Amino acid sequence: MNTLKESPLDVATAASRHRLPAGEPWLAEVKRGQTVRIVDLDGNQAADILFYNRHDPAEHYDATGTMLAQGGIYLSTGSVLRSNAGNPLLTIVADTCGRHDTLGGACAAESNTVRYALQKKFMHSCRDNYLLAMANADVGLTKRDLGPNVNFFMNVPVTPEGGLQFADGVSGPGKYVELRAEMDVWMLVSNCPQLNNPCNAYNPTPVEFVFWDPVA
Amino acid sequence: MNDQPIVDAFPHWQRFAADLPGDRVVWSEVLPGGAHWSWRLSRGTSLRFAALDDRANCSVVLYAAHDPLERYNLPDSLKAQHTAHYTRGHTLMSDMGRSLASFTHDTLGWHDPFGGLLDSTRMAQKYGEHRYEAHRNAMYRSGRDGLLVEIGKHGLTARDLIAPVNLFSRVTVDPNGRFVFDDQRKTAGASVELRCDMDVIVAVSTAPHPLDPRPGYQPGKVGIAAWKSGAAPADDYCRGFRPECARALHNADVFALA
Repeated sequence: MNTLKESPLDVATAASRHRLPAGEPWLAEVKRGQTVRIVDLDGNQAADILFYNRHDPAEHYDATGTMLAQGGIYLSTGSVLRSNAGNPLLTIVADTCGRHDTLGGACAAESNTVRYALQKKFMHSCRDNYLLAMANADVGLTKRDLGPNVNFFMNVPVTPEGGLQFADGVSGPGKYVELRAEMDVWMLVSNCPQLNNPCNAYNPTPVEFVFWDPVA
Repeated sequence: MNDQPIVDAFPHWQRFAADLPGDRVVWSEVLPGGAHWSWRLSRGTSLRFAALDDRANCSVVLYAAHDPLERYNLPDSLKAQHTAHYTRGHTLMSDMGRSLASFTHDTLGWHDPFGGLLDSTRMAQKYGEHRYEAHRNAMYRSGRDGLLVEIGKHGLTARDLIAPVNLFSRVTVDPNGRFVFDDQRKTAGASVELRCDMDVIVAVSTAPHPLDPRPGYQPGKVGIAAWKSGAAPADDYCRGFRPECARALHNADVFALA
């Protein structure tokens, strides 16, 4: 299935741009009709993102509902990201990477103790990023709202034997994915700081967000 | 006052889990297809699930009883164990890095972690409307509604509903990432057991799997028996299954001790 699609949008006409340094969080609003492009500036950088209804934090991105509605696990052009109320949050409208993950979740100090070693507990993690961004924003989002997220630019295939692989090599420098917001949403980002596996090629790097307003 | 008060607690487990030590069985139930229930269970209690018909599916969600903010985490469990299915040896991990429950027994070899829940919209599209007014307790029930009712009994809402484990169901993924539901599997007679490694709230629904393509709403019955197995011993099979399982069980052990 070829889901590669370049965007017709020109960065020169963008409404705003935001460079998110390696390992940092960001909570941003995307308004209905706006398009946001996420750019993997240096390649192989996982952008761990959750989406919420801007006007009701109880309505959150639903990974299993999204996969169930499209009948498969990979997110790419045409995928509709759905909420736990069954509503479309955003649609992927362009993708030069070809495949994004929503099974692998976000790293946490606690899961690092399980996955790697008890002594990994104090390393920086996506969960810390999420909790800090939610605390600083104070918009009604808390830990209970941290469900399975989207890992843009991550490749996590399921094998026929039912294994889960953390494969690599789909993304690269400058590749991007573009989403159109179907409602006003919060976009909660952790630019993943994981150093214990190859999800960031052992070298976390920045990502860029580019916003376009709807054509009037 | 009666000398021997009569309670109609039927020993269902003798029919579907006769190998369990009878003096340690606490209760047993037979859930009709489409039904839902929930329990608060202590660390060291095990739940034996037995499919009593074909086309059985049992969606299970788990929350820590001391604080339901700690809950089963699908991606953390899958990636820690590098698996896209569950069988004996696997543990169901919370977002806090602790094993909430472990698979201590399994006759099937594959239980689905990511198919999600049947909701009422999909149910009506697939099977048509079958409501209480016309059908009484033969009405069709969805897994999502059933679990919302059950977690609601424990103060949790739709905001807290998590991705379930679908016991008895098998979903594979083809090279393009598409789901393939195993509709050839005969579930009658199969059994699987979850040992609670923490005090937990367990909610279940026996509604059909959302990807089951077979026509007709015919979810199978599921027997469930709770018995006092004790907490995971030092030589536990799950501890030895993977180092990640050993660490998740260790984290649950020290939580229970402190």
